[in-house]
Amino acid sequence: MYHKEKSIQMKSSASALYNNLSVLRIAPRSLTYFTVVHANMVNMVSASWDGLNYSHRQLQSKEANVATSSSLIMQAAWCVLPSRDILVLTSQKGIQMYESDGSIMVYWHALDTPETQTAQAVFARGIAAVREKYICVGISSGSMLVFDVPIKGSNITLSEVLEEHKESITDLASECSGSLECIADMVSADDSGNLCVWKSGEDFQLLNKIPGFDMSCSSVKLWKGTVVAGYGTGQIRLYEAVTGIVHAEVNAHARWIYSLDIAPFSGLLLSAAEDSLVRVWHLTMTPETNSVEVTSQTIPGRNLTTPRTHRQTLTASLPLSPSRSCTCITSV
Amino acid sequence: MSSRTLPLLFINLGGEMLYILDQRLRAQNIPADKAKKVMNDIITTMFNKKFLEELFKPQELYSKKALRTVFDRLAHASIMRLNQASMDKLYDLMTMAFKYQVLLCPRAKDILLVSFNHMDAIKDFVKDTPSVLSQVDETYRQLIEMYTPLSSGEFQLIRQTLLIFFQDMHIRVSIFLKDKVQNSNGRFVLPISGPVPHGTHIPGLIRMFSCNGEEVKRLQFRNGGNYTGVLREGSFEMFGERVIKLGTNMYSVSRPVETHMSGTSKNSATERTISPNPLAKEELNMLARLMGGMEVQKPGNADSGFRVNLFATDEEEEEALISRPDEFSYDVIKIQATKNQQANAELVKIMGDFTEEAGEPCSSSANSKGDDLLAMMDGL
Repeated sequence: MYHKEKSIQMKSSASALYNNLSVLRIAPRSLTYFTVVHANMVNMVSASWDGLNYSHRQLQSKEANVATSSSLIMQAAWCVLPSRDILVLTSQKGIQMYESDGSIMVYWHALDTPETQTAQAVFARGIAAVREKYICVGISSGSMLVFDVPIKGSNITLSEVLEEHKESITDLASECSGSLECIADMVSADDSGNLCVWKSGEDFQLLNKIPGFDMSCSSVKLWKGTVVAGYGTGQIRLYEAVTGIVHAEVNAHARWIYSLDIAPFSGLLLSAAEDSLVRVWHLTMTPETNSVEVTSQTIPGRNLTTPRTHRQTLTASLPLSPSRSCTCITSV
Repeated sequence: MSSRTLPLLFINLGGEMLYILDQRLRAQNIPADKAKKVMNDIITTMFNKKFLEELFKPQELYSKKALRTVFDRLAHASIMRLNQASMDKLYDLMTMAFKYQVLLCPRAKDILLVSFNHMDAIKDFVKDTPSVLSQVDETYRQLIEMYTPLSSGEFQLIRQTLLIFFQDMHIRVSIFLKDKVQNSNGRFVLPISGPVPHGTHIPGLIRMFSCNGEEVKRLQFRNGGNYTGVLREGSFEMFGERVIKLGTNMYSVSRPVETHMSGTSKNSATERTISPNPLAKEELNMLARLMGGMEVQKPGNADSGFRVNLFATDEEEEEALISRPDEFSYDVIKIQATKNQQANAELVKIMGDFTEEAGEPCSSSANSKGDDLLAMMDGL
């Protein structure tokens, strides 16, 4: 069922950040792009599917040469919209958006940074493409910026600022099943574990607020109307987005969960945590009983955990495609 | 990232430095009164009131170079001298030890317990000196006041900031290699056995619920590890059992302090390439400046001074200096921590360069750095 493919060496190591691996499969060109954040840089590699060609690129954080440590990048992620793919970088200074291959920066949004340093850190974190034309980005203050993206060109505009969270945004996710029937379009998570469920539009509408239990939710996904949330305690919880009903609770990891990913067609969920383990789960929805079943997947013949002597923190990502390949990276 | 990281970085690195120096002083049979004086002088400088005020202000982490300068000065705050090679080795050990502690902390919040472990040991070093003791106690209070209200997410941000600071440092430390907590490639091993952190459940259980909240199904899965229970919560007060052992003194006279340079991969210690900023190149951060300006009790008799060697012999120390790979050089700004005329003139000249820079139009952050430094010069 699973086999390990050829490893790809990135130009430099991965920083210890949530959701630090983004993958974009470009089927027409038989290529996959991978991005990993390293401090104030993003390492990008484009790998051909035949495993023969690799091409590397590095993107710098804007205004990286003015200060030393105050322009760290928090996250890099692909936003897949119907007409175009945008690579979004969020940092302590602001939000950079690039055209698909990282060659052209099409938009820059600077964050309001106070004159004198405050105790509260300032940064952007949490990135999601929503429906046909929105890109949402979270801020350390708890606000979320909604950008309106045209079919082509650089005329990207700030459409709305959503003020619902009081703690730093950790992750954003949009409905990934491809189904148009789902009411909820996006879920946002913050450092106190609070989750907000949204419907997109000219004005985004708050559908539901799921309270946290004072434990940070570092990674979140939305699939077929179900919120899948990973917490700092190592627990994964599944909620019905619109009502907040708890479907399932998994004592998944012994340490902080750093990323989650879902393969939307197969219902496979992948979780990676600081305990050095990557786990695969299978989610089954039963609409009649409005329930979700979670089972742990064993990987016959091959253990996804690395041998004791090589264990390091992992973040991982499953590409949004019918294939069952998954990607893991190690960081230090 | 987090603007509350510097105090923890400084106190924990300082604590490790004291453990190592204490071990070396005893291993080299330095007379007890001199050894005690060195420890007291360093701790007094570390917990200087003005210095701590500056340290606890919200600010970004300093560059590696700047932080190394602070510790160079701190190590020379007394009658003890260290050669370049020994100082390099000392700093390697300090940083790798703290990196290990940060990485292995069960919860992000436990970094505070690690800090308290260091503080507890420091307090023990100066228990016979009431004046320093009161400064140490004051620092406990500041740590408690600043950090205990923080949420788990804010602690994780501090932890991430520290890990990014230590990123790509893979110097091998013989104690860690022997205990098999570090691999031969310099990476630390993350255990999948032992107790789980306070607040976490042992992995293995899946619970599924119906719409009205009733548990309808339970599934167990093999977690692949060997987890034995849940850790108790340590004390976050001035006194109390910390539970976490990270941050306690792992050196004793019988366990030598060794690092291994050879065989470490070239990739591991690359400085991030950032376009050179004239201010950054000559960065004399405020802490280093404050430290350099502090009054140190210099004995009238020059014989009281002595040199500590982090290596077994002088030859080894010399050899280490020559053979240290370029990529591991800390490229330290060499400025004497004494108040002699020449040194001061040098400092004043550098400050003069800053004045010119600050006058030119440049970005706001560069300006404020220059302004702050000028203000500090006025104050010294």
